[in-house]
Amino acid sequence: MIVMFGIFLLTLLVITAIAIVRTDNLFVAVMLMGIASLLIAANFFLLDAADVALTEAAVGAGISTVLFLGALALTSERERAKSWNRLLSFIVVAAAALILIYATFDKPRFGDPEAPVQVHVAPWYLEKTPEYIDIPNVVTAVLGSFRGYDTLGEVFVVFTAGIGVLFLLGGGKAGGAVPEEEIDEGLRHHLIPRVVGRVLIPFILLFGLYVQFHGEYGPGGGFQAGAIIAAAIILFALLEGENRALSVLPERVLLGLMACGPLLYGAVGLAGIIFGGNFLDYSVLSSNPVKGQQLGILLIEAGVGISVTGVLLGIFHAFAARDS
Amino acid sequence: MSALLDTLSWVLLTLGGLSVLIGGIGALRMPDLYTRMHAASVTDSLGAILVLGGIMLQAGWSLATIKLFAILLFLLLTSPTSSYALASAALLAGQRPFADASQDGEGPE
Repeated sequence: MIVMFGIFLLTLLVITAIAIVRTDNLFVAVMLMGIASLLIAANFFLLDAADVALTEAAVGAGISTVLFLGALALTSERERAKSWNRLLSFIVVAAAALILIYATFDKPRFGDPEAPVQVHVAPWYLEKTPEYIDIPNVVTAVLGSFRGYDTLGEVFVVFTAGIGVLFLLGGGKAGGAVPEEEIDEGLRHHLIPRVVGRVLIPFILLFGLYVQFHGEYGPGGGFQAGAIIAAAIILFALLEGENRALSVLPERVLLGLMACGPLLYGAVGLAGIIFGGNFLDYSVLSSNPVKGQQLGILLIEAGVGISVTGVLLGIFHAFAARDS
Repeated sequence: MSALLDTLSWVLLTLGGLSVLIGGIGALRMPDLYTRMHAASVTDSLGAILVLGGIMLQAGWSLATIKLFAILLFLLLTSPTSSYALASAALLAGQRPFADASQDGEGPE
């Protein structure tokens, strides 16, 4: 039954992908990409990867769509006529597709218990997580502690992406040049979205904090929570106008958040060295190694969340600032 | 008792699936944006209530039911709002509601 659902969702995904390629209306393409993200998130959920599904739904279907729409506001809605050679691009895509399909022949069957991924380190993680870290969500244990280096790298990727976009779009400069007079921006004159949005924003923020701090017990964590909190503040910016949102969280604070996340993460790692352990070894942070691990994961997840929130909001404001 | 709940929840789920299907067909077949939104709202309102109600009956008295209820509340708040925003944006963009030319003297542009 699950396999049937999976095949159904993947078929829809292929149809959506073909529709994205075939449309020359960029607005339609952005919406279809949101749908594609939602479909793949449902598929991840079917495969019991709830954490990944949550990330894909929050980032892929939520924030990316908003950022794409922000970018689309700066350009035209129609795709420009193609000038390059279509045959050449078709050959390149077909060759890549054939190689990828060929590579799948070597993969183990779906759900094969003998697959390398099931017999290599995964059993060790499953067995040792209760003993070393004692949190129910093994994904968070792997992400935060066992593979802490990788997550640190991911946070730096997010940080670098934020810096790159701000360099390209000249974020941070617009602050001084914003006109003082209150123009009627946002959806302020639309009563219904404003009222409903005002009711919902506190709950979205609360849900973001829940996802952040419940990540050790259920699906969730810094990446997802950062995206949800950023979404709440973007909703505020859309409803009340860019300037109101920037007066709540000024550009300087956002830049600070962007830097604070990786800094907090790295500082927790260095604290491990100072207390006599290895880099990113949280066991020494407390007299009880298990408590130390939990404290370390809590702190680095907070760093991830802060960094993701800052970067997403910084990118959103950088796009929105160029609107005028 | 549990058999009764099971039957009831499956009835709700089937009806919910049916209304989602009707909403989908309507969104494809209706002549213009406003009537399509009207059809699609069947999915948002009736479909969501029936399907989530069915799942709630399956979940019984547990934390999952409360979460499902929160989702339902969220959907009931957001989907009319987004429908309103969409329709109002379409009207502002100059999209006129479809009117049949034979009944209405003016007809669509």
